[in-house]
Amino acid sequence: MELHFEKMLQYAPYFEKGVIYTIVLSACSVAIGFALALMVALIRLSKPGRSTLSKAVNKALHLITGLYIEVVRGTPMLVQVMIVNYVVFNPALIPKPKFTLFGIITGDLFVPALVAISLNSGAYVAEIVRGGIQGVDYGQTEACRSLGMSKFQNMWYIVLPQGIKNILPAIANEFVTIIKESSVCSVIGVQELMKNAQMVQGASFMPAEPLLIAAGLYLCMTIPTSKIIAYFERRMRRGDQR
Amino acid sequence: MATSGNLIQVKDLVKTFDSRIHALDHVSLTINQGDVVVIVGPSGSGKSTFLRSLNLLEEPTSGEVIFEGVNIAGKGVNIDAHRQKMGMVFQHFNLFPHLTILQNMTLAPMKVKKMPQKEAEEKALALLERVGLRDRAGAYPIQLSGGQKQRVAIVRALCMEPEVMLFDEPTSALDPEMVGEVLEVMRSLAREGMTMVVVTHEMGFAREVATRVIFMDTGKVVEEAPPEEFFQNPKSDRLKDFLAKVL
Ligand SMILES: Nc1ncnc2c1ncn2[C@@H]1O[C@H](COP(=O)(O)OP(=O)(O)OP(=O)(O)O)[C@@H](O)[C@H]1O
Ligand SMILES: [Mg+2]
Repeated sequence: MELHFEKMLQYAPYFEKGVIYTIVLSACSVAIGFALALMVALIRLSKPGRSTLSKAVNKALHLITGLYIEVVRGTPMLVQVMIVNYVVFNPALIPKPKFTLFGIITGDLFVPALVAISLNSGAYVAEIVRGGIQGVDYGQTEACRSLGMSKFQNMWYIVLPQGIKNILPAIANEFVTIIKESSVCSVIGVQELMKNAQMVQGASFMPAEPLLIAAGLYLCMTIPTSKIIAYFERRMRRGDQR
Repeated sequence: MATSGNLIQVKDLVKTFDSRIHALDHVSLTINQGDVVVIVGPSGSGKSTFLRSLNLLEEPTSGEVIFEGVNIAGKGVNIDAHRQKMGMVFQHFNLFPHLTILQNMTLAPMKVKKMPQKEAEEKALALLERVGLRDRAGAYPIQLSGGQKQRVAIVRALCMEPEVMLFDEPTSALDPEMVGEVLEVMRSLAREGMTMVVVTHEMGFAREVATRVIFMDTGKVVEEAPPEEFFQNPKSDRLKDFLAKVL
């Protein structure tokens, strides 16, 4: 089989738009997923108060977040994306939003994809965040509370800054994972890199080249990101030994 | 509150872990303003549990901790409001590693007492000056020696202007050559009339600085006396055994 990459040149704008879409979608998903993960992790670490109401609320929240994590981890992302797109965002329930970003991102597909990936990422990252928070020495909390600071102040000023610093590499790795995984959104028509590669396949009648180029472009996004993470991880570790 | 009045009154305090370990077994004790109470006793006798019950880091199973007239072990008490008046110093310093020394000291005054940053910093610097660490204000805890860390931990607590200072083995994690500098800071605090409760193995400190020494064993206060009497005339056999081992 002969490969003719030179014939792909005319399709460069498709690949370029695909890369931009993938990066925007992944970055937004990781950010929203992280916020979600933080909330879920804090709920899962919270202890019930003394009152009956507080105990009931706590139990309900634990149940909901536990179920959420189980469901997300126990089902394929492909299925999750399709359910969000066809079941959640249907005109009777939630109409698809209509807006356009950078001329390439349209709300009707971007938002369902964003919601699906954020929900997926949030469940995985929640457990990472929980580990990060639990990894902070309990003596920090005792010292902080002994100074009269509240539970909330302790979490915000003392525990989270240390816990999140410890898991930053894992969060950045999540970004790499999402760059790759977001390709499943091509099945609902989201014009990220994978979808655009498929469109080039159809337009050029060439099956191999667009896929190989897509693979190369994914590597161009993931390898540098991983290297940057590794670099900062090393620097942070050195900082700790100072 | 009168200068000679009692500051903390512990009544019948019980702490049980996992419903079978009796860490505190009906402990009652009064701590007066200006007292320097040193608590000694064998490992596992409940010294830390007692000290940590005073500011409710350990929630008592039953009993009362009456601080400035309020039973802070009772239900519905806003414990944060009382804790800020009780400074605590830990064996392992527990400085906040992501904050500078100055930030370690100003955080609680600014967030809890709503003190303006400038005022909090001036106060912190004055206290650092006192313990000879003013030039380290911008450093991070990791850049300090153990003795320096513990001196910072003490002045961090002092920034809140506490009514009482609680120390749990403040010199036990230090290299021997650094013990002195920390004890010296504690001595000067005692001289100024600070009310202190100190769990320590430093018998010299107890002898010299304490107004009262307390011997705990198996979760009980076994003996309580002024230092001369405590060390020269121990009454119970358990204290005699203990002193024979540590002195
Ligand atoms: N969180 C806990 N869970 C279960 N048991 C505990 C806990 N904390 C303390 N204990 C037990 O309570 C008893 C009293 O412990 P405590 O730490 O108060 O002793 P201590 O006098 O401070 O000893 P040391 O000199 O070793 O510090 C011990 O038997 C200890 O094992
Ligand atoms: Mg102890």
